[in-house]
Amino acid sequence: MGDFFGVLTNGNNGRVFLDGFTNTVELFVIAALCSLTLGMLLGAMRVSPVPTLRAFGAGYVNIVRNTPLTLVFAFLIFAVPKLGLNINPFPSACVALTVYTAAFVCEVVRSGINTVPTGQGEAARALGMTFGQVLGLIVLPQAVRSMVPPLMSVLIAMLKNTTIAAGFSVLEAGAIQDYMSERGEPRFGVLLWVTIGFLILILPLVAFQRYLERKWAVAR
Amino acid sequence: MSGGSTVLYDVPGPRARRRNAAIGLLALAGIAALVAFVIYRFNVTGQFEQRRWDQFQYSAVQRELLSGLGATLKAAGIASVLALLFGAVFASARLSDRWILRAPATFVVELFRAIPLLIMIFFFYYGPLQYGWSIPNLWALVLGLTLYNGSVLAEIFRAGIAAVPRGQAEAGYATGLRKNQVLRLILLPQAVRSMLPAIVSQLVVLLKDTALGFIITYPELLYYGKQIGGRLAFGLPYVPAYLVVAAIYIALCGALSMLAYWLQKHLSRMPKTAAPVMLRTDKETGATAPTPL
Repeated sequence: MGDFFGVLTNGNNGRVFLDGFTNTVELFVIAALCSLTLGMLLGAMRVSPVPTLRAFGAGYVNIVRNTPLTLVFAFLIFAVPKLGLNINPFPSACVALTVYTAAFVCEVVRSGINTVPTGQGEAARALGMTFGQVLGLIVLPQAVRSMVPPLMSVLIAMLKNTTIAAGFSVLEAGAIQDYMSERGEPRFGVLLWVTIGFLILILPLVAFQRYLERKWAVAR
Repeated sequence: MSGGSTVLYDVPGPRARRRNAAIGLLALAGIAALVAFVIYRFNVTGQFEQRRWDQFQYSAVQRELLSGLGATLKAAGIASVLALLFGAVFASARLSDRWILRAPATFVVELFRAIPLLIMIFFFYYGPLQYGWSIPNLWALVLGLTLYNGSVLAEIFRAGIAAVPRGQAEAGYATGLRKNQVLRLILLPQAVRSMLPAIVSQLVVLLKDTALGFIITYPELLYYGKQIGGRLAFGLPYVPAYLVVAAIYIALCGALSMLAYWLQKHLSRMPKTAAPVMLRTDKETGATAPTPL
């Protein structure tokens, strides 16, 4: 048992864990903000009255959703430098996660808007409301309730996906075990602590997501 | 959606149609500029050069890609069968009347859905090394995929059974069937129809996640992509190699996604079950919220 806690306390091991998880959280926050922005933009395209924009959104989602995230990472790390664009691993990881997650955010936004019955918008326009009023006062308040819980699921999945960056030389939580085994620490113990770290990050988010889901369930 | 009225806008009139056409043209120009930029970068860095694409004509390289595809499908196939079994066992345990079965099954399913898949694969791959033995990387990958996707499938199965209206089970019990019979004869046949699209979607996720095998050097498609891309004699053709690999993945997963979509449309149109058809197009919207359509 002393061995097990030793993994965390020996030397400056604690520092390595702290740095790893700090990088994970940093990666998560940056990629979350970027993918929410890009995803909402794409989602807006998919519900717009312009066929070109709709087709572009649909094409993006269908291509990205059928590509493994690991392939997106590999392309950014190995292939993009060959296009004469040199980006460091950390920004590359942010871009990979953003490009991939935005497709899922886009789908949540689209289906969120589509859960609002057409009659709601028609009634609002019959009252003479402008597009901004219809969107801001009628559609979004109803759509957001059905969008936030799945958006949180998307972000939770992205937090787990940050570990893939470890395979592409980003020093984050998934890479801790490689780093530690060079110091002769037992891999199993290190992995257990990494898992515990992730559970501490993820379980509160899952609990909050379930709470919102129950609280905001709309009966239609 | 096309042409019709939606919650956001009415059927466009002549002025709106003109405006939409103008925005459409502008957007088209923007997209064309983006594509032109990519092609320009490709051209400037010589990605269209013959030597970078020559390899794909060699039968040895084609065989490499095929063996990578074979390894990907093998891992996905074994993991799918095991995950479906795992899901069935744990879903039935969670539906049990006995808490002694229900509680541990709930714990396992919740735990394995919360741990990042790659960390689980690392457990199987690196964990045993410490005790002086090792698991082949195929099985480390398969076991990780099984535990994660099996847990998600268990949730899908449970939600599918729960989505069958209560009256069905009550009528079954009223005619004197046992719990086992109600589940097997009444609930399952109806639930399977409603779950099928969600199950197929989850299997697409599993197929995509086999690419994680790359990180533990399992020789699947992505691994060969890097091999082919890393050849100096052909000018390090990483870009062509990954484009080819991506095309294979997109074709494969796209076909399966289309099957899921077709099943969902088809099954919703001929309702032989009272349960709503579930479609999950991604792992994110999750078994916690199967999207009823």
